[in-house]
Amino acid sequence: MTAAERRLASGGGIDRSRPLRFTFDGRPYRGFEGDTLASALLAEGVDIIGRSFKYHRPRGVIGAGVEDPACLVELAGRAASGNQQAATVRLRDGLAATSVNCWPSPELDAAGIIGAFSRLLPAGFYYKTFMWPGWRYYEPWIRRAAGLAAAPATPAEGRFETRHAHADVLVVGAGPAGLSAALAAAGSGARVVLVDDNRVPGGALLNRRLGIGGAPAEEWAAKAGGELAAMDNVTYLCDATAWGYREHNLVLVVQRNPETPDVIERSWKVRARRVVIATGAHERPLVFANNDRPGAMLASAVQAYVNRYAVLPGTTAVVFTNNDSAYGAAADMAAAGIDVAAIVDSRKDVPGAARALVGGTEILAGQVVTEAHGRRRVRSVSAGDPAGGTMRRIACDLLAHSGGWNPVVHLHCQSRGTLRFDDTIAAFVPKDAAQPAAVAGAAAGLPSLGDALADGAAKGAGAAEAAGFRALSRPLPECRDQPYAVEPLWLAVAPGREDRSFLDILNDVTVDDVRLALREGYRSIEHVKRYTTGGMGFDQGKTGNANIIGTVAHVKGIAVPEAGFTTFRPPYVPVAFGAVAGARTGPVVLPFRHTPVTAWNIEQGAVMYEAGGRWRRPGYFPKPGESFQDSVDRECRSVRQRVGVYDGSPLGKFEIKGRDALRLLDLVYTNDFSDLAPGKGRYGLMLTDDGMILDDGVTFRIDEHRYLMTTSTANAETVNRHLERILQVDRRGWDVRITTLTSEWCNATICGPRARDVMKALATDIDIDRDAFPFMHFRSGSVAGLPARVFRVSFTGEVSFEVNVRRRHFRSLWDRVMDAGRRFGIEPVGSEASHVLRTEKGFLSLGHEADGTVDPHDLGMSWIMSRKKADFIGKRAVEIRRSSGEPRRELVGLLPDDPEQAIPEGAPLTPGGSKRASEGLTTACVRSVVNDRWIALALLENGRERIGGTAHARTRTRIIPARIAAPCFHDPEGRLLRG
Amino acid sequence: MHLIRCPHCGHRDESEFVYGGPFSGARPDDPGAIQDEAWSNYLTVPDNPVGPVVECWWHANGCGAWVTIARDTATHDIREARDDRG
Repeated sequence: MTAAERRLASGGGIDRSRPLRFTFDGRPYRGFEGDTLASALLAEGVDIIGRSFKYHRPRGVIGAGVEDPACLVELAGRAASGNQQAATVRLRDGLAATSVNCWPSPELDAAGIIGAFSRLLPAGFYYKTFMWPGWRYYEPWIRRAAGLAAAPATPAEGRFETRHAHADVLVVGAGPAGLSAALAAAGSGARVVLVDDNRVPGGALLNRRLGIGGAPAEEWAAKAGGELAAMDNVTYLCDATAWGYREHNLVLVVQRNPETPDVIERSWKVRARRVVIATGAHERPLVFANNDRPGAMLASAVQAYVNRYAVLPGTTAVVFTNNDSAYGAAADMAAAGIDVAAIVDSRKDVPGAARALVGGTEILAGQVVTEAHGRRRVRSVSAGDPAGGTMRRIACDLLAHSGGWNPVVHLHCQSRGTLRFDDTIAAFVPKDAAQPAAVAGAAAGLPSLGDALADGAAKGAGAAEAAGFRALSRPLPECRDQPYAVEPLWLAVAPGREDRSFLDILNDVTVDDVRLALREGYRSIEHVKRYTTGGMGFDQGKTGNANIIGTVAHVKGIAVPEAGFTTFRPPYVPVAFGAVAGARTGPVVLPFRHTPVTAWNIEQGAVMYEAGGRWRRPGYFPKPGESFQDSVDRECRSVRQRVGVYDGSPLGKFEIKGRDALRLLDLVYTNDFSDLAPGKGRYGLMLTDDGMILDDGVTFRIDEHRYLMTTSTANAETVNRHLERILQVDRRGWDVRITTLTSEWCNATICGPRARDVMKALATDIDIDRDAFPFMHFRSGSVAGLPARVFRVSFTGEVSFEVNVRRRHFRSLWDRVMDAGRRFGIEPVGSEASHVLRTEKGFLSLGHEADGTVDPHDLGMSWIMSRKKADFIGKRAVEIRRSSGEPRRELVGLLPDDPEQAIPEGAPLTPGGSKRASEGLTTACVRSVVNDRWIALALLENGRERIGGTAHARTRTRIIPARIAAPCFHDPEGRLLRG
Repeated sequence: MHLIRCPHCGHRDESEFVYGGPFSGARPDDPGAIQDEAWSNYLTVPDNPVGPVVECWWHANGCGAWVTIARDTATHDIREARDDRG
């Protein structure tokens, strides 16, 4: 049959006035507006669209929508995307698709030879065959052979976006039940969101030839859809799939081809008061040998391609069924010109209503198709009585099969709704809802059109009423339906052919694989699923799962409901990562926080770092020709010998006020704050109640009931949460209010022997004389004409003035500091130099020295653990932990024996450098300018009593011996910083 | 995603909140008077039932309130929300 003969001259939902050109595997083809990629390829006579995942068997179109388990394609060009289902890809002009799993092409697949060795690749073969010498040697080869599409090399053109929506009633599905539900709910005035994965309303009505209200059913659907779309209180999302049902009635929807041209897909998060799930039913395939051959298709899919896309998928067909619905399909096929050679029905008694649909077509009642023949496409089938007797070969190029219908219960089950097995339709149907939701129509197990319309109307009205609206009753239209009855048939395969009878076509899971899993002791359906991978592909077993359950029940000799079913999880359809991320890509994901001098830093050529708390700050300021170490050394020397300035703005800052402010400080800090006088500051250490170090910082007393707390940059948010929790949960009666000032005040830390000179040159009305403004005090006043708070604290060990001004004044302060400091040789200092300077002093840096196992005693800070206070947070836990008497790792300094040898930060210390359990770790290692050598800080078991001895850092390549020293390498008495 | 009722802001998405762990009563005033084992259990052995739990959430990306809710871990039903600020 030529391509032209495969496309009917009239009928269907395609627009013949709008031809479209596309390519598949580089070859040009043509289709029409309204086609899917699958329908267009069928019309063009392309039988083989891909190769299977494991055995590389040829695969063609099986389904007509999301249930199709075979045809994965990769899209190139503008809409670049991997692993798309050909049956759901809307045909566009210029579409470029390629098959996956095939090399060099699906017609001539080099790995197809694997098919000949399929007995070597049973379920679980990964675990059994590729054990020696190690999985890692096999994995790359297997991944390539069994791979899906590669991720696109370049981002798709356009963008993804997310919308949030609220609905009184969300209706999923615009088939007969969904439309009926939406009409009933919308009529009440409720806000209705209607989601449907087709571009036009109607659902299954588009594929079949039924009637509603005296007209073709699709006309009724078009009218109903139009009516809904025109209503102000209805949002009708077409070409959109509800793929996840989460807690508290949140339904996740991905909308393809939204009206905004540069939006590739739009993600909707719909929070609904009530949900009506009207997702219809999927046809299940029958299981016989070579049921995956191109030309073997679901009967409903053949019907859809004939009716909706005006495509004839073959010339001569055999229909194999266990139910009535295939008779309607056979009738439509015959009407379109397909020669239906025979209907093979496993039921001995075929209902008269079904027979009446197909006139004189031969019906082989009580017989089954056991095997399809033909290498690249079905050429004939074997049919006969399953109990024995002669088999008959029937020539055909199309085998339309139907094993009955499964309600699409995915969303219902994702919402934690329960299922029961309905013997009448031999399928699992929804039982109880777990959230405010109802299932309507075929999804609820009602196969007839009249029932679907009535059930939809009732559930839609019920949902609106439950959401507080009054639904008006609406007359139901008359309808012309077809009969439905089914007798389950799980296996039609002859013995010996079960290795090529597929249950999960996507993942190449055969009847043999399931038997093997059961034989090897995987009894639970969940274990069978994991061992065979049946139902674990991108289609989530839409066609395969029911047959796997049926096979398990058949092999074990139990009833189907006893076999149970596997958990339904999102996503219902493959969803692009882009759609999940929405606009949250690149710098928007976690935006940086900036201080007002970021631009200045970049102008100076600073190398910018993230400094914790998402702050972006300079790491160092390289000058031309300098190495990294040159720059850091220069910045350190400026602070030790002259003066440097450091942007300390990201430091956490909180104003704490109220009558109980002191009580709060005494609870959260380990040391005593009760004797802190106004104008003074005190260093404090904060623990969590399990005795771990939470934060450290200096808190100043402004006046009697008012304090200013500073925290480390990275922990500002954590401290805020900690304090607020105490005040709001634990100590609700306390009179304390906390104001976050971190971004309100910025600070320039002027530090070094000439810092006071710079302060004078800046002009300030604060008396900055050493005796008038001693260390650990603060003053308010004017600096460089700007209102300022100045703190005398030091993280470098040198004289420091932290000049805090309002954010809007900070850039001018910074410029004035640089101007005033020029003649004293001031230099900006980055976080690298800051790290060196604090390491030389042995000052604590959270995340380096405090890692969640360390308590204050370990750090040599026993002095900060108040003995006077009866309680503070963490006190009890530290006491309990230390009472065990186990050896502790204590903070020490390390001086590598070779002064030019650095120890990598984080390097473990082991006894004698041997390959034994570590006795500590290197927390910081820097090149010290004042010592002209490498120095390190470390946590070492019983370290304090080992000062003077030797420790050994063990790295991958060498053992580094180092002398153990006190953890301070510069001005241990602290004279300089008080100067 | 949960929908958590903040007493100040109404029903808000879980993404606005930071989980604060189970609520095991206000912190005792005098931990020194409690036996070692009891205190260790208080700190480190929270109940983890399938069923109703009482837990704290911080409306971090909202009004900053700590909210205590009663939630069923099996069904995610939230039965009550209390404003801890009183």
